[in-house]
Amino acid sequence: MPTPLDRLLDLPQAALGVRAARQQQLASNIANADTPHYKARDLDFRSALESALGGKAGAGGPVELARTSSRHIDAKGNGGAFEQAMKYRTETQSSVDGNTVDMDVERSAFAENSVQYEALLTFISGRLRTMQQAVQGQ
Amino acid sequence: MAGNMFNVFGIAGSALTAQSVRLNTTSSNLANADSVASADGRPYRAKQVVFEVKPFAEGGDAQGVRVTQIVESAAPMRMTFDPNNPAADAQGYVQMPNVNVVEEMVNMISASRSYQTNAEMMNTAKQLMLKTLTIGQ
Repeated sequence: MPTPLDRLLDLPQAALGVRAARQQQLASNIANADTPHYKARDLDFRSALESALGGKAGAGGPVELARTSSRHIDAKGNGGAFEQAMKYRTETQSSVDGNTVDMDVERSAFAENSVQYEALLTFISGRLRTMQQAVQGQ
Repeated sequence: MAGNMFNVFGIAGSALTAQSVRLNTTSSNLANADSVASADGRPYRAKQVVFEVKPFAEGGDAQGVRVTQIVESAAPMRMTFDPNNPAADAQGYVQMPNVNVVEEMVNMISASRSYQTNAEMMNTAKQLMLKTLTIGQ
């Protein structure tokens, strides 16, 4: 049974996971800035967080084919936990080699995501401190 | 979930490797811009790297980068008129490498910038990981 402490940390913990996943995706984009035909992707934070919290049924996990008969082939994407929240970026300036990574966009998103991640860490520490104070009763 | 952030190290590391291979190729091209004879006795040909997405086994979405092959440039060789050169043909022309020095310099700057960006990215991930370890202290 989840204790009040678990419930207190549920949201920031799920959000931290989504932030870490987004950081990983942005890192992939920056690493592949010179790879021909690479298409930049980003995580839709809202739907990723919803699936992390289990709020929307079927929103989590890899993309699957809809099957209307038991004889249809069962096929699944090989993406991670937030594959359904992954969206392709619309490019601002097209390049000849088909790469859609815009370094300015990716770098600023990476910095923003780092700050958000640190903010969540601060929130978690603050909540823990609050609970500790309540437990000590001083 | 912590595995996600550790993947950033793998991704940035793969990019660092790929970019340093590119830097190596560029420096080889620049060094041999005037090499009339390479190891096989024919004039040196400019080499270019080909990048490709490298998916990580676990984690699904993490995509690094790797060098699939190093191709030789198909650009025409530079012909210079130098009848006194021992490598000159009957008309007095010498086949020089097809290295485009301007192109290589641009390539070098681009590779070094990408390298810097990825090193910075690794640093940021390291700071975030260290900060995560201090939760509850």
